[in-house]
Amino acid sequence: MSRSTRFDTKKVNSELVNLTYGTLVAQMVKDLDNPDDVSKQLDRIGYNIGIRLIEDFLSKTGTARCLDLKDTADKIQTAFRLYLGVQPNVVNWSPAGDEFSFILDSNPLTELVELPENLKQLKYSNVICGAIRGALEMVQLDVQSWIVQDQLKGDQNTEIRVKFIRRLEDAMPAGED
Amino acid sequence: MSLGGRNKLSILDKPLSRGKGEISLSCFALLFSEVVQYCQNKSQTLLDLQNRLHELGRRVGTKLIDIYFVRERNGKRETKLLSILLYVKSTFWKALFGKEADKLEHSNDDENTYYLMEKEPIVNRYISVPRDKSSLNCAVFIAGIIEAVLTGTGFPAKVTAHWHKGTTYMIKFEESVMGRDSQLEER
Repeated sequence: MSRSTRFDTKKVNSELVNLTYGTLVAQMVKDLDNPDDVSKQLDRIGYNIGIRLIEDFLSKTGTARCLDLKDTADKIQTAFRLYLGVQPNVVNWSPAGDEFSFILDSNPLTELVELPENLKQLKYSNVICGAIRGALEMVQLDVQSWIVQDQLKGDQNTEIRVKFIRRLEDAMPAGED
Repeated sequence: MSLGGRNKLSILDKPLSRGKGEISLSCFALLFSEVVQYCQNKSQTLLDLQNRLHELGRRVGTKLIDIYFVRERNGKRETKLLSILLYVKSTFWKALFGKEADKLEHSNDDENTYYLMEKEPIVNRYISVPRDKSSLNCAVFIAGIIEAVLTGTGFPAKVTAHWHKGTTYMIKFEESVMGRDSQLEER
């Protein structure tokens, strides 16, 4: 169904994105002393991107409401393909069905990246987790997302875990109560 | 079980990618918007913001030099001023932005100055500049990239971005570059 949807083909060179993101991270590492703070900030940036990117996704794919979390996972998978040009696998479902992972064989964000020894705890790709969280929050899904495996740290794949927390109820806009 | 260092191929041991990877423009636009916001939060003045964007662009440019010259020119660099300018306008621009820059002009008034023009730089596509900051051109980020590429290949220059026929990058070479180039011409 959504397979046949023709996506907007406007693309940019991945190295431009890659290096732009890398320079931003490097600048943050300079500005903030603690790599953990940088990771947090990267997640925040991802969140900011996610809450706006979801609009783009909905309008480009014309996708309908998700029926269950499996459906959601499939749609995020489409989003990976649409936005980053990679096709991750959805795996490692928890028995309760509220947690799953995306496995990426290659991560376009880290193509030209090497982490120095002193930044091994930096979660370089946290921006992706943030984006997933931000985007889902805009469709009333509260999730957590974090990096389990990271190719930058010598792992075979990059694994991003997503855990469903709760459905958000429609909240009244501030000041309207 | 884990043997530290397993799979630890250094990035330089891996083959250089062909650089054909693509990412959605929406992603880049939003990322760039975050970059601008980040710089803005750190800046007191408009000039400060432009300088920060320019500096980030320079760092991107520095890293692109080697990748592009190795990939597309077998590591051979340019020695003549006009060749490097044409390289930036065509090969480099095409590889990075998917098309050539619109126009390259030599200034009438100043021997050292060239203009590279682009109607709609990719970074500006989704940026609307607020009225009170109308002089801000975020393509200064790209100006930084050009500056780093020219300077890093042995043609030290200052590159700035201006609102003129879309965006015009003003490239001002150092005197030494012009001197050397005219010497090359004479031979």
